[in-house]
Amino acid sequence: MHETALSLPVVLPEAVLALGTLLLVLYGALRGERAYNLVTEVSVALLGIVFLIVVWKSRPMGITFYGAFADDPFTRFMSGLALIGSLVTLLLSLAFMRAERIGGFEYPVLILLSTLGMLMLISANDFIALYLGLELMSLALYVIAAYRRTDLRATEAGLKYFVLGALSSGMLLYGASLIYGYAGSVNFGDIAAAVHDHRSMGVLFGLVFVLAGLAFKISAVPFHMWTPDVYEGAPTPVTTFFASAPKIAAMAVLVRVAFSAFPGISADWRQILVFVSIASMALGAFAAIGQSNIKRLMAYSSIGHMGFALVGLTAGTVEGAQSVIVYMSIYVVMTLGTFAGILMMRRDGKAVETIADLAGLARTDPTMAFYLATMMFSLAGVPPLAGFFAKFYVFAAAIKAGLYGLSVIGVLASAVGAYYYIRIVKIMYIDDPAQAFDRRSAVASSVLALAAVLVLVFVFAPTLLTNAAMAAAQTLF
Amino acid sequence: MSGSWILSSLLVLPVIGAVCILALPSGDTEASKRNARWIALFATLITFVLSLVAWSQFDAALPGFQLIEDHAWFTSGIRYKIGVDGISMPFVLLTTLLMPISIAASWNIENRVKEYMIAFLALETLMIGVFVALDLVLFYLFFEGGLIPMFLIIGIWGHANRVYAAFKFFLYTFAGSVLMLLAIMAMYWTAGTTDITVLLHTAFDPKMQTWLWLAFFASFAVKMPMWPVHTWLPDAHVEAPTAGSVILAAILLKMGGYGFIRFSLPMFPDASLYFTPLVYALSVIAIIYTSLVALAQENMKKLIAYSSVAHMGFVTMGIFAANTQGVQGAMYLMISHGLVSGALFLCVGVVYDRMHSLEIASYGGLVQRMPLYAVAFMLFTMANVGLPGTSGFVGEFLTLIGAFRSNTWVAFFATTGVILSACYALYLYRRVVFGVIEKANLKTIVDLSPREIAILLPLGLLVLYYGVHPQPIIDASAASIDNLLRGFAQAVTATKTAGL
Repeated sequence: MHETALSLPVVLPEAVLALGTLLLVLYGALRGERAYNLVTEVSVALLGIVFLIVVWKSRPMGITFYGAFADDPFTRFMSGLALIGSLVTLLLSLAFMRAERIGGFEYPVLILLSTLGMLMLISANDFIALYLGLELMSLALYVIAAYRRTDLRATEAGLKYFVLGALSSGMLLYGASLIYGYAGSVNFGDIAAAVHDHRSMGVLFGLVFVLAGLAFKISAVPFHMWTPDVYEGAPTPVTTFFASAPKIAAMAVLVRVAFSAFPGISADWRQILVFVSIASMALGAFAAIGQSNIKRLMAYSSIGHMGFALVGLTAGTVEGAQSVIVYMSIYVVMTLGTFAGILMMRRDGKAVETIADLAGLARTDPTMAFYLATMMFSLAGVPPLAGFFAKFYVFAAAIKAGLYGLSVIGVLASAVGAYYYIRIVKIMYIDDPAQAFDRRSAVASSVLALAAVLVLVFVFAPTLLTNAAMAAAQTLF
Repeated sequence: MSGSWILSSLLVLPVIGAVCILALPSGDTEASKRNARWIALFATLITFVLSLVAWSQFDAALPGFQLIEDHAWFTSGIRYKIGVDGISMPFVLLTTLLMPISIAASWNIENRVKEYMIAFLALETLMIGVFVALDLVLFYLFFEGGLIPMFLIIGIWGHANRVYAAFKFFLYTFAGSVLMLLAIMAMYWTAGTTDITVLLHTAFDPKMQTWLWLAFFASFAVKMPMWPVHTWLPDAHVEAPTAGSVILAAILLKMGGYGFIRFSLPMFPDASLYFTPLVYALSVIAIIYTSLVALAQENMKKLIAYSSVAHMGFVTMGIFAANTQGVQGAMYLMISHGLVSGALFLCVGVVYDRMHSLEIASYGGLVQRMPLYAVAFMLFTMANVGLPGTSGFVGEFLTLIGAFRSNTWVAFFATTGVILSACYALYLYRRVVFGVIEKANLKTIVDLSPREIAILLPLGLLVLYYGVHPQPIIDASAASIDNLLRGFAQAVTATKTAGL
């Protein structure tokens, strides 16, 4: 089909990452526990190199491996974003894992493997490649979730995630096989051609299963049950990882499947996604109100944010795709920044996780409080911060597509959700100070500061992001 | 165009002040507090002077927008575009005038002075931005962005129940505004731009207008605030620090009225006409009901807050009368109320600073010890009542004429509000100022300090000046308002003709 001599340059990032990961496994196996620091540092460098390869402009693009693999602006944008998520996670992990004495060389390697899965997932152009990437990503994630294996909560989280995740993978696989049976191909382009003019019940059935499987990965309602437990139970850097990179990869593949494989029956999948989106926004807004653990709160917050991102997808237009990309980009910055802040919540050498621990932070550490407050207002979607424009783009796309009911529910949900974000601001700024946190780690505080600055200055140069997102979105149409 | 940088510098100057304060060494030392205060005062004063320069370059005889700046921002349709016309210019001046006064009124804030001043300076930029924005997205940005500093001002430096009030303020206004955001997007897709100058001449389909009008109304009615969504205001006022109340009453509330004049009336003329009875009804209820509620208040700030709601009822009534007197009167009343309510809250702040009580019952007989204060308070109370000779009279009178021309019964009921306002204002004044001093702790209370005189004097002079000589404000906005109403009348007639 599209087979060319270009295969290698096209998969260069994946190849480099796979090779590097294997070498690190070897090295780690020989050196044992002591290898943690070096392996992590090399992993960070490896991810940096892969990132550079991904965004390297003169590398040829194309579809290769008999149509299984697509390297286009969309792939590159989303891969770059996922890589940033993984890279920052690893940076944030370094000190934390050492302090908690759970560092082992397996951890960075698992993150690398999972990232490799994400890259494959994002560039997948047929269901087999999709499933391979998804499983590589997920299997590594299952292990990471239960990484603190002596901790009851972490093991519970890992097990729960594994069982539900396996179920959802099964559903996805079942759906893919149905689609294959009825459309006669696993390739997205061929499926699009096959289901363009006629609708068969089998394809629709398969579509529902595929969407359910992917909705699980982005933790959209009603497939979100695992999220709060895993977020709370996993070590904080792992939670950071869960909240950032895999979400981007899964959302990217959802967007690609929707637009590349099923443009002909967009009315059907939009209908499903409207429900998923509304349910996620509403649950994210209401369920987070009662939370006292900040990681659990962020779990509901991420559920809500996935709902908002899906609003753009339900529009089913190029503006919609653009808005999802913009949303995910801003979301990942806000998430990484917020979790960097959560990582700095340590007292007497121990991590603390309740919202009340932030009390009076504006007195004990005004800089950190300011940055965190910026994150909170941005997550709430208050202008002029970047989080507002993320919501602006998705709702603008939805309004253009005529989804008025969805938009009204969505913005009202965002108003409800604003309550718990500004409650955190209130706790930091108004409540009486609690004991100060330990000295901030340099890495975490620079990540938080950088994220806050990005969120603040986005308003001055929005086109840098929006134009790139538009270019990426246009490749899907 | 010459001087086309001036509005941007109005936006930037307070931010520069805030950055300077941020750069001060940390720690709550006396020196750093003093520096923060002076920097904030200078920043706001320079901004004020600069706004006077802008005013001198502004030609009130022209109906259109002036001092326009236009730069690329999001897309070709969503741009950084700012400018002023006769409707927005007075509000810009009101904002820049009241900011240094508020800063001076906050001189005895001792708690987290740096943050306080930064919050106020950020708020100034956002408030000026609301009035100069010529792009709807930009407008929304400033309109909503103001919630952040105001939330912190009420929440951190407020009184006992401040957290509740801050949340109520934030959530009410936020929830009201998000619907406007959707309307802005719908307008963007219809007109292809959010440029206000273009949208003012875009004829939206009457059915669509209805929805857009309602969405904007949800936002402005909360901000205004109109009955029955006014309940956040008394709480916010009571709990906010003095300067916070001043800014809230004098400027933030005006954003609602400004929005009605700038957007609802000219952009959705058919819907405005259609919904006029609704607005009239809500306005009359606001005027009578909240006046009665004000009569029953035991807290000075709460009483003034309810009186603000009543006065805003006159404003909405005047705006939707959609004739020259009504809209002129609404403009005038908003400016006047900005001066008067600001001054009233400052007066309350004066005694609060001394006695730390907002209860009316804690006072009485102040005239014995504070003659100057009694004079100042009397002047602003009378202006609040709308006594001829003060600026309050002109605005109320014009809105009533406007309403009378459009609907006699509305004017009739609204007029009773004038009487009621005299009742609660004089009642308040009598209980606080007149009589003999009975409370032991009032026996040592001292009269206005030079700083307080300096704060109240300019407001008092302006209230009297605009009371006997209203022409400057009316002239400033006349051309723009005439232009607006001409467009309104044409649009309404066109729809009627099309309907026949």
